[in-house]
Amino acid sequence: MSKTLFDKVWDSHVVRKIEDGPDVFFIDRHFIHEVTSPVAFVGLKSRGIGVMYPEKTFATADHNTPTWNQHLPVADPLSANQLEALANNAAEYGISHWGLGHRNNGIVHIVGPENGITLPGSTIVCGDSHTSTHGAFGAIAFGIGTSEVEMVLSAQCIMQPKPKKMRINVNGKLGFGVTPKDVALYIISQQTTSGATGYFVEYAGEVFEDMSMEGRMTVCNLSIEMGARGGMIAPDEKTFDYIKGRKHTPKGADWDKAMEYWQTLYTEDDAEFDAEFTYDAADIEPMITYGTNPGMGIGVTQSIPNAEDVEGGVETYRKSLGYMQFNEGDAMIGKEVDYVFLGSCTNGRIEDFRAFCSIIEGHQKADNITAWLVPGSHKVVDQIKEEGLDKILEEAGFVLREPGCSACLAMNDDKVPAGKLAVSTSNRNFEGRQGPGSRTLLASPLVAAATAIAGVVTDPRTILEVSSVQ
Amino acid sequence: MAYDKFEVLTSTAYPLPIENVDTDQIIPARFLKATERKGFGDNFFRDWRYDSEGNPIADFPLNDAKYAGSKILVGGKNFGSGSSREHAAWSVYDFGLRCVISSFFADIFRNNCLNIGVLPVQVSAEFAQKLFDAIEADPKTEIKVDLPNQTVTLLATGESESFQINGYKKGNMLNGFDDIDYLQNMKEEISDFAETRPF
Repeated sequence: MSKTLFDKVWDSHVVRKIEDGPDVFFIDRHFIHEVTSPVAFVGLKSRGIGVMYPEKTFATADHNTPTWNQHLPVADPLSANQLEALANNAAEYGISHWGLGHRNNGIVHIVGPENGITLPGSTIVCGDSHTSTHGAFGAIAFGIGTSEVEMVLSAQCIMQPKPKKMRINVNGKLGFGVTPKDVALYIISQQTTSGATGYFVEYAGEVFEDMSMEGRMTVCNLSIEMGARGGMIAPDEKTFDYIKGRKHTPKGADWDKAMEYWQTLYTEDDAEFDAEFTYDAADIEPMITYGTNPGMGIGVTQSIPNAEDVEGGVETYRKSLGYMQFNEGDAMIGKEVDYVFLGSCTNGRIEDFRAFCSIIEGHQKADNITAWLVPGSHKVVDQIKEEGLDKILEEAGFVLREPGCSACLAMNDDKVPAGKLAVSTSNRNFEGRQGPGSRTLLASPLVAAATAIAGVVTDPRTILEVSSVQ
Repeated sequence: MAYDKFEVLTSTAYPLPIENVDTDQIIPARFLKATERKGFGDNFFRDWRYDSEGNPIADFPLNDAKYAGSKILVGGKNFGSGSSREHAAWSVYDFGLRCVISSFFADIFRNNCLNIGVLPVQVSAEFAQKLFDAIEADPKTEIKVDLPNQTVTLLATGESESFQINGYKKGNMLNGFDDIDYLQNMKEEISDFAETRPF
């Protein structure tokens, strides 16, 4: 039978099939961070077992690290304790560790690809649901729980039933001011927050073929927000160009051998999917969310739908709008905003900072906006400086912070205060996600930038048009 | 980590008829800072159970005395979406629950529950509504979850529905085993396989 890209990678990693049970699934690369790994190491110790392949696991600190004064000791004792546990566990078991201040430190899903750890055709897991990011390279990558972290550490495998297969095609060309983030938020708004549950998604079509690797990472990153376990895109020349020569990428004869394999990684013409959806790029405009899950998104120029017009329960919908302090029928444009967050594993890469700067250059940050600009890694910081983007930001009244997950989940001090409204380039707008009582609008770096200079929710196209005329 | 065996559970239930309950609600991120698995039950649904001053919200079902001591939670559709934090499943267990019933579960949460001894029971939307209605009519109504027979029954009326669980996971739950026990017994097969991987 003809195989999909997903079939090819999955089937080649099955160590054992259990009848009426999951597959014993081999993991090539494992990332760990300070929040979801300590209990797994406690488990190993209590069972008296070791780490089977320490060289296949990579540790980085990101979830609760401060984004200011990283050279000082971490003030929060609980966070400091987790960071120390990560460092000690890595040292004890011989796992490479990029702690706070290390040159390679940064958000796990940003430093993995940067260092060539993420490779096509591989299987990658991490105790973090946005592990789906790595699917941009044609890898099967998904988030796992801490019990599974312990499984990978101790046996390099997890027990997983093979998910169903979905293909999402987006055809045509993206319009002016429409970014990969908008494509993802649009797809999620169509699928709803649970529409792809039980599936692994392959993204296909002209839009993804045209997209940069960074854009593909943004799209695959958000796969979990429609319930999918992960998303992937077939590797192509862009993929190979991106990974070639990076720290952990195969070299010389190993590269040639790997390339032979990687070129077989595509979905065959008559391969079958359990579900397939096709969208038109022309229908996608810059997006923004208005509710408390990422499926509650609309074009930035649209108004909040009426409860009767959306799928799902009216009561749940109204609870969500009540939390957001919004009304059915409200326009999103013009809503007064307090915070803007640029960063996270979704939009913390160099292209996101370039996009943000393309809007704010020559303007000033609005006085009512507190802006947190948090690069995803030290490498991203370096590139921002090399390209002079730091100067553009500074002139416009913005300050660059140090790398980490930051206000995406507000485990460090970067918390949006109760009741305040944030436009955020991150991935979740759940109640209290960015701090207890905080309210989040998810959007692209362009929408975030336009909002940061206008002080209210703004369509970036209106600013880009003015800029291009000048 | 070993857990108590699960066979047949008969209990009253907490009702939570809200859709898309995400794991950030089940356990907010600021409570994920432990390095040991303990104390998560205290912060189970923290921001829905307590106001900003830390006072319990009396009419929230998990605080409501009429459901106290229940070992089952009946949740709305798409329960457990979002983050992969196993802390969410731990907080369910540590709060004293052994079973969550919903018409639809998010994948990772379901998996995490099964790995730590909480049984996720997926029922039809109609049956879930029957459970909510019955609990509303009588908060002391009892629900029987029978894992060997894979059935969930509303004892007052005898109405019953069967649920799915794969044979392997069912065996684990019935015996209190976990996947790590299984994997430890096939290390040689895994290392042979690892030899064949190109990178």
